Amino acid sequence: MSITRPVQPDLRKKRVNWQKIAVIFLFAVVPMFLLILFTYIPFIKMIQFSFYNMSYTKNRGFVGLDNYLKVFSKSEYVGAMLLSLYYMAGAVVQLSLALLFASILSLERIRGAGVYKAILFFPFLVNGIAIGYIFKYFYTRGFVLDSVLQAIGIPLEKLPYWLRDQSVNNWSLVFTSVWKYCGQNMVLFIGAIASIDPTLYEAATIDGANRWEQFKAIILPGIKTVFMLNLILSITGSLSAFEPAYVVGSMGANGTATFFIKIHQMAHVSGKVGMACAMAMVLMVLILIFTVLQRLFFRYVMRDSDNTFNAKANQAKALW
Amino acid sequence: MSNTTMAVTSTNTGARLKRGVFKTLEYLALLLACFIALLPIISSFMTSFKTGEEYGTTNAMTPPANWFNFDNYVQVWTEGNMLEAFLTSASVVIVVVAVSVMMGSMLAYVLNRFRFPGNGLIRNLFMIATLIPGIAMQVTTYQIMRDLGFLNSIVGYMILMSGTDVISIYIFLQYFENLDGALDESAVLEGCTYFGVFFKILLPLTKPAIITVAVLKGVGVYNEYYNANLYLQSNSWKTISTALYSFSGPFKSSYNIICAGVLLTLIPSLVVFLIFQKHVYAGLASGSVKG
Repeated sequence: MSITRPVQPDLRKKRVNWQKIAVIFLFAVVPMFLLILFTYIPFIKMIQFSFYNMSYTKNRGFVGLDNYLKVFSKSEYVGAMLLSLYYMAGAVVQLSLALLFASILSLERIRGAGVYKAILFFPFLVNGIAIGYIFKYFYTRGFVLDSVLQAIGIPLEKLPYWLRDQSVNNWSLVFTSVWKYCGQNMVLFIGAIASIDPTLYEAATIDGANRWEQFKAIILPGIKTVFMLNLILSITGSLSAFEPAYVVGSMGANGTATFFIKIHQMAHVSGKVGMACAMAMVLMVLILIFTVLQRLFFRYVMRDSDNTFNAKANQAKALW
Repeated sequence: MSNTTMAVTSTNTGARLKRGVFKTLEYLALLLACFIALLPIISSFMTSFKTGEEYGTTNAMTPPANWFNFDNYVQVWTEGNMLEAFLTSASVVIVVVAVSVMMGSMLAYVLNRFRFPGNGLIRNLFMIATLIPGIAMQVTTYQIMRDLGFLNSIVGYMILMSGTDVISIYIFLQYFENLDGALDESAVLEGCTYFGVFFKILLPLTKPAIITVAVLKGVGVYNEYYNANLYLQSNSWKTISTALYSFSGPFKSSYNIICAGVLLTLIPSLVVFLIFQKHVYAGLASGSVKG
């Protein structure tokens, strides 16, 4: 990072220093206070509470690792964790499609490329509760999706109940997530592709490289950082998936309750705060393990040495 | 790496045909994707113009008989108290955006322009915070909000929404790094205070960053529902999200009315997106493009 700092003249050093201390203090105190209040204090309390049997109002004492053992011994919770596999599969599809459309829109002369980009991106801006209603309506028996499928010749009797039938309902929910985030990933990829030096394509075209070869040799290396970042965010996002099940799946009805929904219910419905904190700790540790594993994978297998990566990852994460 | 060295001649009819087929496939893929992206929204849009009877008897994909039947919109607007909800959401968005812009730019200013003990520590504290999934801490955050008396408090909700986000700080930090330091240096030499430098010289220069932060943060806060559901449960403070959420009660079997409500909530996002499209894209990419 190149940081430019003003040089203070020596003569006024003392007066300026006091002013400097004042400005640093005044400008930093509120954000620091809020950061500690809403991130670090809850974090420390979460660790502490996870060892207690307690509700919001009562503390029934220290129970050691009991809460953690319960998380792993009940098939209900392990099953909820495994639901994130659906979302991971969805994330892979989502990233592939995003990359495909980003390449088409960036490399080909597509008429109205801006319009396609805007349409594909817009779902990202739709209010989550609105998504809940839109897709409940979309999936209702005989309504939007069924009508379209009937129109292409699939009889209604052969179609499942998209949100009730447990063999498909998690896929239905995953689709809503792909629907929402695919365009957003695509925009990030388009940004990354735009930052690649255009003369590289010209040189490759002169060399006779076809589109696929250009894609492999120029685009993939050029967007590696952004791709990794999106992959990490999608996988960690899958682990803590809750939005589709919360808003579309009626709070995780019919076996769609992800691990986060279980945490939410444990805390706000059952009032078992200690247990909920232990579950949140498990979730956090899982997310950290996945993040570290993927970084190691990319560092050693893909030989990635981009040291600005951390800052980037955080920025994008905050955007999510 | 490309190992094809043979030049493809553009006059080759076979290649041209292949290109044409390819191009057609690309357009088809794009059109299909756009259809899927729009289908859920369009079906709700059509339903929002249907009368109750029409909704019960016609297919979901049948266009409404009368495209100018705004009865559902009127009903949802009045019975759903949407005006109040819009005003509440607007005030939350304005306050949170203003606070985030001020906090983000001020903190970025001191972190970027001053060397002082703790500068690195503050940066690290913010960076580590992004690694802790905020979602995991909902339980203890709820307890803190309760202890502060912030349950069902619009002020508490605003403070929470302003305080749990790092993106504005990062966007401003990045922006200040690219702002020449010579400018504020000479202003200080001429006797301007640091406050003066920040408010009179630097802040006006960061306008693009301010717009980016305002749009991203504004849309994010407008669409926020998890915390709003948790912390604003009383009827006196319903945001657009919580108002919409409560529609499943009174309008349960009338999806045509709910769809009207859904469409109304989309309008502000759509307008902001159409006006600030470039800023939205740039803001999303600002974290990842430079790599």
